[in-house]
Amino acid sequence: MTVRTYVRLFVAGFRRQSTYRLAAFGGLVANATFGLLKVALLFAAVRTSGGELAGYDVAMMSSYIWISQGLLGSINLSGRTDIADRIRTGDVAVDFLRPVDVHLASVATEVGRSVFALIPRGLPSVAIGAVVVGMAVPDHASAYVLGAVSLFLAIVVSATTVYLVGAAGFWLVETRGVAILYMVVSGFLAGLFVPIGLFPGWLHAVATATPFPSMMMYPVDILSGRVEGLASLGIVGLQLFWVGTTVAAGQLATRSGRRRLEVQGG
Amino acid sequence: MTDTIVETEALGRDFRVRDGLRRRTVVAVEELTVRIGAGEAVGYIGANGAGKSTTIKMLTGILVPTRGSVRTCGLQPVPDRKRLARQVGVVFGQRTQLWWDLPVRDSLRILAAIHSLGTTAERERTDELVERLELGEFLGTPVRQLSLGQRMRAEVAAALLHSPRLVILDEPTIGLDVLSKQRLREFLVAERRLHGTTLMLTTHDMGDVERLCDRILLADRGSLVFDGTLAGLSRTVGAERVLVVDLAEPTPDLDDVPDTRHLGSEGGGLRQRLGFDPDVTTAARVLAALSGRAELVDLAVEEPDVEEIVRRVYAARR
Amino acid sequence: MVDLTPYRAVLASRVRAQRTYRANFLLDLSSSLLVGLVELAEVWVVFRSVDSLGGLDLAAVVLVFGLADLSFSLADLAFGHCDTLPTYLRAGTLDVFYLRPQPLLLQLITSDISLRRLARAAVGVAALVAGLAMNDVPWSAGAVALLVLAVVSGIATFAAMFVWAAGAQFYLVDGAEATNAFVYGGRYAASQPASVWSRPLVVVFGFFFPMAFTAYLPVVTLLGLPGPDWMPDGLGWCAPLAAIWAWALALTTWRTGVRHYQGGGG
Repeated sequence: MTVRTYVRLFVAGFRRQSTYRLAAFGGLVANATFGLLKVALLFAAVRTSGGELAGYDVAMMSSYIWISQGLLGSINLSGRTDIADRIRTGDVAVDFLRPVDVHLASVATEVGRSVFALIPRGLPSVAIGAVVVGMAVPDHASAYVLGAVSLFLAIVVSATTVYLVGAAGFWLVETRGVAILYMVVSGFLAGLFVPIGLFPGWLHAVATATPFPSMMMYPVDILSGRVEGLASLGIVGLQLFWVGTTVAAGQLATRSGRRRLEVQGG
Repeated sequence: MTDTIVETEALGRDFRVRDGLRRRTVVAVEELTVRIGAGEAVGYIGANGAGKSTTIKMLTGILVPTRGSVRTCGLQPVPDRKRLARQVGVVFGQRTQLWWDLPVRDSLRILAAIHSLGTTAERERTDELVERLELGEFLGTPVRQLSLGQRMRAEVAAALLHSPRLVILDEPTIGLDVLSKQRLREFLVAERRLHGTTLMLTTHDMGDVERLCDRILLADRGSLVFDGTLAGLSRTVGAERVLVVDLAEPTPDLDDVPDTRHLGSEGGGLRQRLGFDPDVTTAARVLAALSGRAELVDLAVEEPDVEEIVRRVYAARR
Repeated sequence: MVDLTPYRAVLASRVRAQRTYRANFLLDLSSSLLVGLVELAEVWVVFRSVDSLGGLDLAAVVLVFGLADLSFSLADLAFGHCDTLPTYLRAGTLDVFYLRPQPLLLQLITSDISLRRLARAAVGVAALVAGLAMNDVPWSAGAVALLVLAVVSGIATFAAMFVWAAGAQFYLVDGAEATNAFVYGGRYAASQPASVWSRPLVVVFGFFFPMAFTAYLPVVTLLGLPGPDWMPDGLGWCAPLAAIWAWALALTTWRTGVRHYQGGGG
């Protein structure tokens, strides 16, 4: 098992995505439309509160809106993956015959797809926001580097977490219910529609106890300059914690799932 | 004539496709002029891309022709689509018109309502089809759980429920096993005999053409290159038949039987293949010539398949 | 006059089928309920952190949300299935519709019905009732008439959005997300105070796709709230006009789409 294999899978995921140009355009229209609606509502909320709401000024709110819209194509909030279908149908047995770690291979492909999606959906969304509305950026160059790291970790956490939904298929006949639950909860707790900073205390506590803010809210907070310095390092540390936890869970689930498959014959 | 079911006059259809950045025009059907009378059974064959599906879509009102005229059951397919739908039934081998997650019975019920069949007519026709297509055993099963053979029978029932005058079948036997094909063909023959239904089918299966059709249309690049009987088609392209004989004991190659060509031997000469032209000699005469030479255990006559005939016709034209 | 027997037959067997797969149906039902609740929570999180937004306080926005959500989910129940047109186009199933003696659009609409969306409607009803209780509604025959008019027109307007999107799909196919931006973005817009919108949003969701007419404007008229400056008094009564306009737009788009398919598709 070499790093090269995963690099190849990453590139393959990257390529596959480039064939869906019209779909990417559709996604961009959706991002921009929802973005403008959020701008109207959340800007009004900030202005009504005297120019600052839960640590957000108008420019930071703009950064939050457009970066999170741009991340939509790269973060799996639907709960559906190819691997989930393969596990549910038992096709994954074939994957186990290959000399690749099924879990890491699936994650690598998903991360490749997601990183590519930043080009047709992520960057244009942010560009639209910057040009049409204007947005806040961090003061220090180091924040950009940390922001990029945090962004990448967000994509990884999304891939490793959504893999767990699929892995439930080793034990459940039908994972649709889990996927739906994931879809409903993940977007809300990741801070897709409202920043989790606006949540009441108890709901904020619930959100931070899940990996979802690591997928969207945290990198957005660093890139908008809302969280700076030591606090931003803490955020990245939290993301690393969730990467570690979800990868470990994924490895564990895949191994016992494989044993179960071998015992029961798929 | 009132008995004309399909009539086209220089019918043609182009598609504009994007080729990189430029757009170009592809001619799917160039100029089709054909008349099909009531009660005929027509096999419409040709290679992939010969414009068969496009023609069917123009005959049924799904596509607007680029040029020429078409009348199906005396109607103009596009403007009279709804009236035409009551007189035509189409079976697509590759796509379903049944409700995927509903039992077959429910699909038939819905279709009866769609075609406004009266209660009695619905019951009689459903009973007839259920019996003749042997749908009884899986009438209550959701369509997605049916085997391919069962699904095709249900598809045929769905397309024929409203007793259409014209039935168009697009690759009806594709992927079916021998027995299912046989049953389906027998049903169609009977349907035609009982109700005088006009049949038009596209197929790659020679058996379909042989057992079902008394007329063949062969299309090439969107125009008709042959219109006649199967025998006539075989004659034009010199369709060689192959006699396969299984012999009682290993025999040297039978390469000197009059009017035949030795095509090969297997098992040290236990099975031999001889080609002959049906216009020059007959299977019976070849057999007579063989009988003095070796003891026959079994025999079969192979016909060229549709692809082979089509290939030969195309080759002769180029 | 169109004979409706076939549609009753489709719907009856649909209902039967969904009752047969009871576990699945319950799952669908509860997930729709959850989706509705999370959407309400999004509105609540924003409005709890401010006194009022665009002239609406929390009580008023709950009423707007209830009205919009009830109309949308009922339209979705009956017309939401138009979404599947791209799938039908790709699989060639649409051709089968041409072979039946019914209007294509009616066949598309009735090819399925999702009873699970009733759960969403329940959230809408609950929010509507709560909204009516929380606000100081000047009850009169006129008020009741305005509400009924708003719900009926709202359903029609949202239904028209689904039909419009289906018509546009003939051109877009893989770009389905672009139409989702306006259908689902429209639903999101409908539960917002239109008074906070920028000019382009007013043009797009205020008038072209008349989302403001489904809930916000009727509520402003009902409660006698200060409306946006572009709003003449009593504009809430014009909801039926908005619905008529939406349907004109939808049917024109649908018709052009069908022509395009017959002429250009293959």
